[in-house]
Amino acid sequence: MTAQTHTTGSGLPAGGALSGAVWQRMRGGSSLLPIVAALVGIWLILGAVNPAFLAPENLVNLTLQSAPVGVIALGVVLVLLVGEIDLSVGSLSGLAAAVVAVGSVTLGWPVALAIAVALACGAVVGLAYGALSTRLGLPSFVFTLAGLLFLAGVQLRVLGPLGSINLPFESWFVRSVQQGFLPAGVAWALVGGTVVASAVLQVVARARRRRADLACASLPQIVVRTAVLAAVLSGIVAYLYLGSARGLGWSVVLFALLVVITDVLLRRTRWGRSVRAVGGDRRAAMLAGVPVRRTVVLCFVVCSTLAALGGVLAAGRLGAANQGTGGADTYLVAIAAAVIGGTSLFGGRGSAWSAVLGVLVIQSIANGLTLMNVDQAARYMVTGAVLLLAIIIDMLLRKRREA
Amino acid sequence: MSDPILSLRGVSKRFGGVRALVDVDADVHEHEVLAVVGDNGAGKSTLAGVLAGAYRPDAGEVLLDGRPVVLGSPAAARALGIAAVFQELALVDDLDVVENLFLGHETRRGPLLDEVAMEREAWRLLDQLAASVPTVREPVRALSGGQRQVVAVARALLGSPRVVVLDEPTASLGVRQTAEVLNLIVRLRERGHAVVLVSHQAGDLQAVADRILVLRLGRVHDVFDGDASYEDLLAAMTGAVRPGAVRPGAKHPGPNRAVRR
Ligand SMILES: Nc1ncnc2c1ncn2[C@@H]1O[C@H](COP(=O)(O)OP(=O)(O)OP(=O)(O)O)[C@@H](O)[C@H]1O
Ligand SMILES: [Mg+2]
Repeated sequence: MTAQTHTTGSGLPAGGALSGAVWQRMRGGSSLLPIVAALVGIWLILGAVNPAFLAPENLVNLTLQSAPVGVIALGVVLVLLVGEIDLSVGSLSGLAAAVVAVGSVTLGWPVALAIAVALACGAVVGLAYGALSTRLGLPSFVFTLAGLLFLAGVQLRVLGPLGSINLPFESWFVRSVQQGFLPAGVAWALVGGTVVASAVLQVVARARRRRADLACASLPQIVVRTAVLAAVLSGIVAYLYLGSARGLGWSVVLFALLVVITDVLLRRTRWGRSVRAVGGDRRAAMLAGVPVRRTVVLCFVVCSTLAALGGVLAAGRLGAANQGTGGADTYLVAIAAAVIGGTSLFGGRGSAWSAVLGVLVIQSIANGLTLMNVDQAARYMVTGAVLLLAIIIDMLLRKRREA
Repeated sequence: MSDPILSLRGVSKRFGGVRALVDVDADVHEHEVLAVVGDNGAGKSTLAGVLAGAYRPDAGEVLLDGRPVVLGSPAAARALGIAAVFQELALVDDLDVVENLFLGHETRRGPLLDEVAMEREAWRLLDQLAASVPTVREPVRALSGGQRQVVAVARALLGSPRVVVLDEPTASLGVRQTAEVLNLIVRLRERGHAVVLVSHQAGDLQAVADRILVLRLGRVHDVFDGDASYEDLLAAMTGAVRPGAVRPGAKHPGPNRAVRR
C-alpha cells in the first residue's frame, strides 16, 4: 500500500529545470507513474461498479491476499532485473508451505525451525540455479522450467499420501498471519516517523549537495514531496483503520518492509548498482569490474528465498498446506505482477515497488471480479488482457524515452 | 631504461581458427607511452584485452614487476593497477554517467553509496578532459559517441592506476577533446604512469608515443621509436617493405620481419 506513497512522493514532476537529484529520482519513478495511475483507475472503475470493493474491510482483505504473492513477485523483480527469470517460484513456494506443515505438524518441530528449514530449502534451490546459470551458462528459462516440475514433484512427495496438512490454529505463526494486525497507534507512529525521517534525510542530503556545489532539490520541492508522502501514508492508514476495519496485517507489514529494504539495497548500495549493470549489459559490467557471477547467483538465491517465504505466508494465511498451494497460476501471477509493475523482462530496468503495484493491480481485479460474482475464466482473461496492455504501454514509453 | 612494469612473454591467443596473437613479446615501462598500431584485425584490441584482463592468453605469460601474474578478469587487473578503455567502451547504456564512471568501484559512506562524493569527482574528471557532458545524471545512452568515449576514458583514470590501456580512445573525439586526451596522456606519463595507446591516428602517435609497436597478423612486426615517420609505420603495417624502414633506434628489431602469409 505504501507503494503509492513512494511513487507519488519521488516521481513528482518538479516543474522547471530538473536538478540532478530530482532527475535521478524521477527516472526511478517515471516507470512507476503510469502504473500508479492505472491502479487508481482500476479502483475507481471497480468501486463504481460495486461500492463494496472500496469498503475499508475489503481493502484490508485485498492487502492480505496480496502479501504472499507480493513477496514472491519481489523476488521475481530481482531475477528480472539481472536479466534472468525464475519460472519455478510457484512450485518452490508450495514446497516451502509443505515443509512448514510437515515439519511442524508431522515431525513436531518448533514452527520457527520449520520456517527456517523452508527458507533454507529456498536458498539452496537458488544457489543451484545460480550455479547452473553462471557455471554452465544454461538459460534460466529452461532450467527453472525443469525446476518447476521437479519441485512440484518434491512438494507432492513431502506432503505424502494425505496431500493436505492443517496447521494448528493456536500456533503463534498461524495466529499472527491470520489475525495479527498492527495496532492503530503503532501504525500512526510509523507514519509520523517515516514522514519526519524522510524530511530530515532530504534536508540533510540537500545540505551536503549544496556544500559540494552540486545541483540539489529546492526547499519548496522538499516540502511538497514531504506533504504528499504524509498525505498518502496517513490516507492509507486512516482508511484501513476506518470503523471496524482491521488495518495492516503483520504479513502486509512484513511485505512492505521487505520492499523498502530491497528498494534501498537496489538504489543505494554497490550490490544494487551491480544488479542493474549486469541486467543492462552483462559484458560491459564484466569489463567494468563488476562481479557478475556473484551478482547473478545472489539474485537467484534471494528470489528463491523470497518465493519460499511467500509460500510460508500462504500456508499461514490458509492455515494449511496442500497440493494446490503455490500451484496453478501462482508463478504466472508473480511474474505478471513484476512486469505489470514496470520491471522489464529484458533486464536492467525496474524497481522493488513494481512488485507492490503489479500485485495490487492483479489482486484488485481478481478481488473486484469475485465480488461481482464473475467466474475464474473471466478473471484469467481480464488479467491476461491487463498484462498485455501493461507490456504495450511499457514498450511505447520506452520507445519514446529512447527516441 | 628502468625495468618494465608490465611485460608479455610469448603470448598467443586464438579465437577458434583465428590466430589473433602469435608469440607476442612486449614491455610497458613507467614514464612511457607505448603505442600499438596495425591494420584492422591485426590483434591490437586482443593485445589490449590481454593486458587488461579481458582475455586469458592461450600460451605465454604476463609479468607484473617481473613476476608472473594471472589477470583473470578486468576486476583482477584493476586491482593490480591496470585500467583500460576498451574499443567498445563497455558502458552500460541504462546507467547514468556517474554510475558508469564508478561501476565496480563505487565510493561508499558506510554501507551506502556516497553519491555526492562520486558526482563531484565525476565533474572534476570530466572537466579535466574538457568533456561537454550536459549532466552527469543522464543515462549514457543519451550521449553522443564522443561524449561516451570521454566518459570511458575518465573511468580508466579513476583511482590513478599504474598502467592505463587505451584502445583507440580518440577515434570519435573532436579536435579539442582529442587534444585534452593527448594532454592527459602526456601528464600521465609525467606522473610516472605507463600508458598503452592503441591508435590509428598519425597525429596521436606523433604527439605522445615514445615507442611504437607494430602488429601484423597477430605478430609483433617491429618496434619503432616514437619519432618514426608515418611512411615507415605504414610500410610496416601493410608489409610494403621499404629499405631503411628499420631505424637504428628501434628497441627490438622485429623478430618476424619476413612474416607474410
Ligand atoms: N571475441 C572474439 N571472437 C572471435 N574472434 C575475435 C574476437 N576478437 C577478435 N577476434 C579476431 O581476432 C583478430 C584480431 O582482432 P582484434 O580485435 O584484436 O583486431 P584489431 O587490431 O583491434 O582491429 P581493429 O583495428 O579493427 O580494431 C581478428 O581477426 C578478429 O576477427
Ligand atoms: Mg581493435
